[in-house]
Amino acid sequence: MRRAWRDERLWAVLLLALAALVPVVAPMLGSPATVGLATRIVIYGLAASSLHLILGGAGLVSFGHAAFFGLGGYAVGILYAHHVSGEPFLGFIPGSNDLLVTMPAAILAGGIGAAIIGALSLRTAGVQFIMITLAFAQMLYFLFVSLKAYGGDDGLAIRRVVPVLGMNLRDPATLYWICLGLLALWLFLMDRIRRSRFGRILAGVRQGERRMAAIGVRTYPYKLAAFTIAGMGAAMAGALMVNYLRFVSPDMMHWTKSGELMVMVILGGLGTLLGPVVGAAALVSLEYTLSGLTEHWQFVLGPILLLVVLFARGGILGGLRRLAGRPAEHEAQPLPPGELPSGGTAPERAAHG
Amino acid sequence: MGLLLEQLLNGVQLGVTLFLLAAGLTLVFGIMGVINLAHGSLYMIGAYAAAVTAAATGSALLALLAGLAAAGVTGMAIEFLVLRRLYARDHLDQVLATFGLILFFNEAMVLLFGRQPLFVNVPEALRGTLRVLPGVDYPVFRLLIIALGLLVALGLYILIQRTRIGMLVRAGATHREMVRALGVDVRMLYTLIFGLGALLAGLAGVMAGPILSVQPQMGEQILITTFVVVVIGGIGSVRGALFGAVLVGVVDTLLRAYVPGLLRQVMEGSEADALGAGLASMGVYLLMALVLLVKPRGLFPAHA
Repeated sequence: MRRAWRDERLWAVLLLALAALVPVVAPMLGSPATVGLATRIVIYGLAASSLHLILGGAGLVSFGHAAFFGLGGYAVGILYAHHVSGEPFLGFIPGSNDLLVTMPAAILAGGIGAAIIGALSLRTAGVQFIMITLAFAQMLYFLFVSLKAYGGDDGLAIRRVVPVLGMNLRDPATLYWICLGLLALWLFLMDRIRRSRFGRILAGVRQGERRMAAIGVRTYPYKLAAFTIAGMGAAMAGALMVNYLRFVSPDMMHWTKSGELMVMVILGGLGTLLGPVVGAAALVSLEYTLSGLTEHWQFVLGPILLLVVLFARGGILGGLRRLAGRPAEHEAQPLPPGELPSGGTAPERAAHG
Repeated sequence: MGLLLEQLLNGVQLGVTLFLLAAGLTLVFGIMGVINLAHGSLYMIGAYAAAVTAAATGSALLALLAGLAAAGVTGMAIEFLVLRRLYARDHLDQVLATFGLILFFNEAMVLLFGRQPLFVNVPEALRGTLRVLPGVDYPVFRLLIIALGLLVALGLYILIQRTRIGMLVRAGATHREMVRALGVDVRMLYTLIFGLGALLAGLAGVMAGPILSVQPQMGEQILITTFVVVVIGGIGSVRGALFGAVLVGVVDTLLRAYVPGLLRQVMEGSEADALGAGLASMGVYLLMALVLLVKPRGLFPAHA
């Protein structure tokens, strides 16, 4: 029995089951607005978890993940705009306001975007990879800012979404449960990936890419596959966010959004299944609480982030594990002889590689 | 022809401002291996300090000194309190910690000076224009920025190629461990370089004040472009930073000047302007992506 408690999957199932009760409990406690907050947490948790696949899984620091979040959002928004106007998108794709159509379209858009950007970006590594992903995200950001046909800077509003399988998306609780269900599915997929050969190769890339090459693995296709899957996950989250806010704007792909997603992953703890979701919960509730206290909440949030990075290595879950007397998975993984910890060597590797 | 020359000069002037930022950033990148997102904040702090001093005293010289001092002191404090702990960490931690610093500094400026942009007047003596070619008048202040930027570039060249500190800087950029092993006080060198980078960022901020408006978040707008410059030029290379900065400055300015006009010939006016502005903003990122795809380590890699 004691062993079972050590399995993170059990905790994930428990936490998701508890989270499912939020719309039931919140009205009883007299704070129905909590459902909205919980929806944001779940959606950002999904987006952060998708970033974690490449960041924590393969050690690829992508600074442009919000691009795919926004692509998913815009897929929903643009299809809705064409549904209203009646003109097909690009002349042959009919518009839609049905989530069963727009969600797959969003995931497809995110996947294609990530495959293209990933195929080009993954030719670089290290600092250059961080910067080129940022550059592509900025390109998409400015593209959508300049598309006046889809609202430009002001964004697009989405109204009158049809019910999905008889479920009314305008009901906050229903939308929340849909988001939570998709998060559960996504976490299941992440867990499967982590335990698969694919996941182990990604871990190998993180620990020492040259070693992977030396044992005869072509890492590029695996990294590209992970990058594409991560983009699809972010696009799914973006589509949900647009359904929740009923609004999409270029702000969804602003570079600070990419930064926030990274913060969530780190805050929760790298190398864990639940970490990104816990990090999203922490950051969203922190922002919510601080912005309730003061207009200048970023003045407080900035130093908190700084302190977390400087002193709380391993994030929230890392801290919990340490309290429980176990090292975090990342720290526990033994490094083979001759391989320095990834920390200090990254610049060196870039310098001499 | 006159218009093209004017736009070219505007491009060079933007490029020189970018170079002042990129020089510091590329040295910090190349030698310490640190990504400092808060470099743009130093630029912003320099601009604010100069704007406030200029408004209070009316003296351009005092404003310049105040801007440099504020940026320099803040830079040293950042290095001492934060970055020093991050040298051995991976890029992810550096990005996040300095991301936190950006949020802090931006909001600090809002708290101190409000959200309204501050406007700075060009100093009395520099207000006129100069005839650079028959029929082409160009503001003296902008010409001064170009001259000052080129002077700094020359100074950095001499510092790096001809002095002992420069020798250590070059050695540090290529063989950091070796320099450390030979008994050089690397910490001292790091603080010195970081301070120099902060001063240059402050100088860029002071000079940008009268041209752009001084406001919170002015730092990030230029920071991301500066990253483009550094990556195009090659990380750690000051020569690359100068070349990349002028290239990016000219390309960006020319695209902004001419793309909307070209689009207007095939589209409606307001839509062409919006799309043109967007495409022009995308231009430098496209340039960077192209450079990285052809030469993944930039045009002038320091670690050849």
